[in-house]
Amino acid sequence: MTTDHTPTGLIGASIRRVEDPVLVAGKGCYVDDIQLPGMLYLAFLRTTYPHAKIISINTNAAKAMAGVLAVVTGEDVKQLNIPVAPMVQDQKIPPHPLLARGAVHEAGVAVAAVVAQSRALAQDAAGAIEVEYEALPSVIDAEKALEPGAPLAREELNSNICYVATKKGGDVDTAFAQAEHICRMHIASPRQVALAIEPRGIVVKPEPTGDLTVWLSTQAPHRVRGDLATALGFPEHKIRVIAPDVGGGFGSKGPLYREYVLACHLALKLGRPIKWIATRSEDFVTTIQGRDQAMTSELALKKDGTILGLKVRVVANLGAYLYSSTAGPPQRMMGMAPGSYQIQNCHVEVVAVFTNTTPTGPYRGAGRPESVLNIERLIDKAAKELGLDRLAMRRKNFIRPEQFPYKTGVGVEYDSGDYEKSLAEAMRLSDYDKLIRERDAARGRGELVGVGVSTFVEPSGGAGFESGTVRVERTGEITVLTGSSSHGQGHETSYAQVIADKMHVSMDHVAIRHGDTLAIQQGVGTFGSRSMVMGGGSMTLAAERVIQKARRIAAHLVEAAPEDMMQADGGFAVAGVPEKKVTWRQIAAAAYGGRVPPGMEPGLQETVFFDPRREAWGFGAHVAMVRIDRETGKPTIEKLVLVDDCGVIINPMIVEGQVHGGVAQGLGEALREQMLFGEEGQALTGTLMNYAVMRAGDMPHLTVGETITPNPFNPLGVKGVGEAGTNGAPPAVANAMMDALAPLGIDHIDMPYTAPKLWEAIRQAERRPAARS
Amino acid sequence: MFPASFGYVAAHSVEEAVQLLTKHGEDAKLLAGGHSLIPAMKLRLASPRTLIDLATVPGLRGVRMDGNTLAIGALTVYADVASSELVQKHLPGLVDAASVIGDVQVRNRGTIGGSIAHADPGADFPVILTALNASFVLQPRSGSRTVAADDFFIDFYTTAMAANEVLTEIRVPLPMAGSGTAYVKLPHPASGYVVVSAGALITRQPSGSCALARVALGGLGSGPVRAVATETELQGKPLTPEVIAAAAARAAEETDPEGDTYASAEYKRHVAIVYTRRAIEAAVQRASAS
Amino acid sequence: MAAEIEFAAVPIKVTVNGVKHEAVVEPRTLLVYFLREHLNLTGAHVGCDTSQCGACTIQLNGRAVKSCTILAVQANEAEITTVEGLAREGVLHPVQEGFREKHGLQCGYCTPGMIMTAVSLLETNPNPTEEEIRHGLEGNLCRCTGYINIVESIRWAAEKMGGKNVSR
Repeated sequence: MTTDHTPTGLIGASIRRVEDPVLVAGKGCYVDDIQLPGMLYLAFLRTTYPHAKIISINTNAAKAMAGVLAVVTGEDVKQLNIPVAPMVQDQKIPPHPLLARGAVHEAGVAVAAVVAQSRALAQDAAGAIEVEYEALPSVIDAEKALEPGAPLAREELNSNICYVATKKGGDVDTAFAQAEHICRMHIASPRQVALAIEPRGIVVKPEPTGDLTVWLSTQAPHRVRGDLATALGFPEHKIRVIAPDVGGGFGSKGPLYREYVLACHLALKLGRPIKWIATRSEDFVTTIQGRDQAMTSELALKKDGTILGLKVRVVANLGAYLYSSTAGPPQRMMGMAPGSYQIQNCHVEVVAVFTNTTPTGPYRGAGRPESVLNIERLIDKAAKELGLDRLAMRRKNFIRPEQFPYKTGVGVEYDSGDYEKSLAEAMRLSDYDKLIRERDAARGRGELVGVGVSTFVEPSGGAGFESGTVRVERTGEITVLTGSSSHGQGHETSYAQVIADKMHVSMDHVAIRHGDTLAIQQGVGTFGSRSMVMGGGSMTLAAERVIQKARRIAAHLVEAAPEDMMQADGGFAVAGVPEKKVTWRQIAAAAYGGRVPPGMEPGLQETVFFDPRREAWGFGAHVAMVRIDRETGKPTIEKLVLVDDCGVIINPMIVEGQVHGGVAQGLGEALREQMLFGEEGQALTGTLMNYAVMRAGDMPHLTVGETITPNPFNPLGVKGVGEAGTNGAPPAVANAMMDALAPLGIDHIDMPYTAPKLWEAIRQAERRPAARS
Repeated sequence: MFPASFGYVAAHSVEEAVQLLTKHGEDAKLLAGGHSLIPAMKLRLASPRTLIDLATVPGLRGVRMDGNTLAIGALTVYADVASSELVQKHLPGLVDAASVIGDVQVRNRGTIGGSIAHADPGADFPVILTALNASFVLQPRSGSRTVAADDFFIDFYTTAMAANEVLTEIRVPLPMAGSGTAYVKLPHPASGYVVVSAGALITRQPSGSCALARVALGGLGSGPVRAVATETELQGKPLTPEVIAAAAARAAEETDPEGDTYASAEYKRHVAIVYTRRAIEAAVQRASAS
Repeated sequence: MAAEIEFAAVPIKVTVNGVKHEAVVEPRTLLVYFLREHLNLTGAHVGCDTSQCGACTIQLNGRAVKSCTILAVQANEAEITTVEGLAREGVLHPVQEGFREKHGLQCGYCTPGMIMTAVSLLETNPNPTEEEIRHGLEGNLCRCTGYINIVESIRWAAEKMGGKNVSR
């Protein structure tokens, strides 16, 4: 018999993706695939000097070129800026113009823009603009930017500090006074480029009605629409933002960017559609970059490994300008500093700094990887200094399952967890003791082999609300409208699984719609591992409301009591009389045909704005084994075991895919990726010729495992998982690398662990008299 | 990114290409596979006014035996060099190099002649072809001339070719009996270009001693450099691991590589020694097996 | 005007997915934009400007190439296959099917290029090892999948094309 509690089996099944038939056929529609009649193309002249005053701009030659419709400079659009709402008290918010006004402060800034009949002509004309600069001294490194006498990144400010924020908990002074040992460490997280393979881009069309239609490669169509309206001074309700297929984002496609506002402004002015697609080189220096936080920490300990207190000073490099989310990662770092450990006595200070570099912001993890790296390296270092087992030390300090909800020393509440469980599973899957024996044997042969572990938490589902609408159409088919739009996460599949399961229909009975502000109620977007927690949560609640209403309609139709109506395959049935069935089609016909119970509104659609007012804290444990070629420094990852707990799993195939992708980016960070700027602020690794990402041949084998600890505060029991790989894998690798180098007396090296860097460290250590192999 | 405007002419013979080059002067460039030139044009690092397409010239593709020389048409793509039975049989070191250039798609399109003429300091073919004592056939306005690899690569992106010459063929003398060839490379993790590479041609006497050693290195200068000290050190000596290691240790002598964001000059010199040893060992192994 | 004659457009003939096309193109037109904007075949994508990412991979005369690094004029008289030309009468090519079966794609942007490279790989090496697959994909970047499932997808396709029993 079918009851309300019988699952249909869709939740938890590895269903093939609904999205794929179109995408594998090359029939997806990304922004650059959109061609409109009369469309014009936008191109930019970007600065030659990252930090300079602009003396003069001569656009005459460009304006005179055939096929050029407009050439504009900062003076022409001086009323337009990127709007930034303060995230932190007393945050300085210097102007963020669309085109440089009087000065440029980083390599990605455009000095002028051209609209022309083709992309090539636009590029030709941009190249014909002459600019005279007076170079100013640059500051690149955030810690150096705090030194007295450092150049000012923004000369209109009196210092390079954007804000200082502090979180304190417990009694840090007493903790440190009572400490039997203090472990100190400085770690810099390398600046990363998100590098979605689809570069950023926009197509904008002014409609005859005065409305504006915008196709945008974005993670957050509604949020961007609001910001766009503010930036343009144009009514929000006349703007329609469509996120078509979006080719990856990883956080970087969250904000409203300068080029988007300018494209809209010029399209309105010229009354023609405009397209702008970033070249890869432009994308490198104009899209928000990730990490670049330097942590100086002190961990107060008892000799038995009990952690008494933690002090962290984070110097966060914000770049030269602020986007809406730039302060996000350092604030997240601050809220996660204690990791998965009971540390009540905390003092965390963030000093957020302007430099003459590309603005930073969320990139897969967005402050989580920095905090995990910091605490996990600290724990390993402390264990080593105290002569303790690093796993025992972790276990001693873990927040215990019965302590949840647990408020940490920085005042953040974790909802639920069982950290011992995921660590135990990682030990089992990796055959940890065997790895240690293998390491010791290799060490005996003079080889550099190391094993590392990280145990971490992963908050997900923040940033306010998400919306979901469930609508049963007249024919009984179900349309779901979600504010959480997809850029590769498989929403159309996972969400359909959830709704089909809840409503007892087949998946092809459900259509998931997203990414169009005209069709979808206000929403937020997809980032921070929030989709299933927030998007899934909101549509589940909406589905429950629809089910409640439908139950009453069904009861009305068969003249039964609503409490006797049970959900059955394809609709409802009377309890104990399964043949007395009412289908969704019949219920919908009644709902729209005036046959609803007395006093009930017609229609069958419910919308929920879901805000659980707490985040979902996933967690996990990763184990890495590495080998370093002593002769060349070349590192190899010999084993990588990833155990993540994201609560209930909707589609294991998709979850595993998220873990794989996160790990690939995390390994890139650990092994090779780093965005570098020269002393003047010029991009040294601003193309794929010199910024190295992982390729197919570089990826090690992964062993992916899981534990399942349902989230008690979510209607689906889920937690996020999208950032697990970037959070847990890099510190596991870092700890393994340092374990491999421990016999040489090497104590800490910052990521990325490139062969030349490791070789240099090995060589220096071997030259030290104390070193032994 | 889009190249600046240019005119396009398809040449139908080498003579016509030479005539067109002469006519258009310095503003013209020859186009083969385009895998060096087109990326440079897209970034507007090169903006020729005229491209003269050589792909439409018949007879410049393929590998053939010409007496004791392997002749490779300038328009032969990397993949076809790597898969040529003649090259596989006689010059495995050249297969090593042709197999690690760029990626599959690049090897399907890039030509050996284009790589040689472009003379990128990060290219693979110049290094192995120097080790193999290859020479290059150039066709000026009348007749033709041949330049040895040792004399061909002058500086960064600069060769002994005159502005109105066309490179038509790469000629590699077949190594003597008892020879082995090999090429090993440390690629840049992003671009795949040479950070450091080593190509070796070793001829081993039946006694086991070294009759001839030619070793060329990439990544240490403006083009391929011969590891003269290493070659001298090997000459006449038994090819034992110790002798090879000692000779390889001198590979980076008198080189002065530039450090970059990936690798320091010191690292490059160090890796040159390691890779020289590995290339010689591989060549010796092949010599022994032949 | 002299400049216009000097940079004169060039007539080309190409066969794309079995269909003959004649066009007159500006010499600087890159093949990828010719396919995308003149023929409306938008499956080949542009992901970089330095010939690294492989999202634009197509087959030119039977070989996988990067269409962003080839001029349309160089494709004169050529036979081209794009991702749109793989399916036969609505039935996906086994490689396309493999990508769906094994979750070899997420955002889908690199996918057409990956698939075209994989198709070429299996044409020259019908039964590649995992190592050979990974090596064969060195010219294609994916930022979503970590390549793990892409390799699985191609193995699935190889088995299917070999007529062996393929388990899901």
